[in-house]
Amino acid sequence: MIPAPFEYLRARTVDEALTLLAEHGEDAKVVAGGHSLLPMMKLRLARPEILIDIAPIADLRYIRIDGDELAIGALSTHAGVAGSELVRTEAPLLAHSASLVGDPQVRHRGTLGGSLAHADPAADLPMAALAAGARLVVQGPAGRRTVAADDFFTGFFDTALDAGELLVEVRLQRRAGAGWGYEKFVRRANDWAIVGVATVGGRIALANMGSRPLRATAAEAALAGGASIENAAALAADGTEPVADLHADPDYRRHLARVLTARALTSAA
Amino acid sequence: MQVEITVNGTPRTDEVEARRLLVHYLRETCGLRATNVGCDTTSCGACTVLLDGESVKSCTVLAAQADGHEVRTVEGLATDGALHPVQAAFHTEHGLQCGFCTPGMVMATVGLLQENPHPSEEEVRESLEGNFCRCTGYHNIVRAVLAAAEAGA
Repeated sequence: MIPAPFEYLRARTVDEALTLLAEHGEDAKVVAGGHSLLPMMKLRLARPEILIDIAPIADLRYIRIDGDELAIGALSTHAGVAGSELVRTEAPLLAHSASLVGDPQVRHRGTLGGSLAHADPAADLPMAALAAGARLVVQGPAGRRTVAADDFFTGFFDTALDAGELLVEVRLQRRAGAGWGYEKFVRRANDWAIVGVATVGGRIALANMGSRPLRATAAEAALAGGASIENAAALAADGTEPVADLHADPDYRRHLARVLTARALTSAA
Repeated sequence: MQVEITVNGTPRTDEVEARRLLVHYLRETCGLRATNVGCDTTSCGACTVLLDGESVKSCTVLAAQADGHEVRTVEGLATDGALHPVQAAFHTEHGLQCGFCTPGMVMATVGLLQENPHPSEEEVRESLEGNFCRCTGYHNIVRAVLAAAEAGA
């Protein structure tokens, strides 16, 4: 399979990328590792006129401590995030999630920023970012703004990013030593989650339980009110409207959300 | 567009369409046909090559994205007619049946042993999760990887 023809442009700095985005607007798609976009282009599910390759922006590949947060450049690869001692210590939930994306070859190419901007509701990293309460730094023509993960994922493969904006950094509260839990139910190794659950610091996020990654707010509130793991997890699917597909119907997904939430909370405890 | 890619140690300059996939560039532009197109959907790993030393699936990389970088395929492993230790181990341990997945398996293994020179059997199996052998010949493949590690590949 070969993508439809497109024009390929390369940005070497964030400013160059923003200029190209301003020039081409909705006709352009940003590509970093390309491991979500290229498969879609090969299937003609995506047909951008113009690709803006931001991989050469060396300034967006870093992982560093910044006060009480861990700051990760958007172009950091899954392998880089998963293998980073800093991330493993300060944000182990994210390191673990990144280690489960695809397979080693995919993790060498795919990027944290790309995965979040792609916003697949079944993917590992949007759920992990939501559970961790990540803050996403977005740069546009008017400068930088920070969007909470809770506000970033707005719908099915849709985010709060405007057409002229670029996700440049992911910031996570440092949580060395904090308990966390991560559960992903798949039928085949390295598949997308049929349902996924991630939890840290009293927050619980669900993958593939709706059109975007969701917080299990009823379960969180119960936990905060002193409920047992069992009683809190029983509320994990409240308020969700998961889809039916060939893997699972909505009732089964709700069941999985409850069971996996109990497991995730147990490993976090 | 023009791309400058170092393929198996030799710098090349080629004119390609922007949508040219790296695997097609290698097979058709460079004439290196060991790298196979298997699933064509980033799943099977038959098209695995090294890009700047890291294993990647060349069906999901544009030749344009490899511009200015270094690619190694299984054709670039042997030196002076002597098999690379990973190739030799796949031969000795009979780590193949039909052979279709083998170039990708070998390149994924070379990449793995660079990152983790002494993997446990479990780590080998985990690390090759992105490479499918439809003959299901995994047992000897894992033995070959462990033998290559033992031989210091």
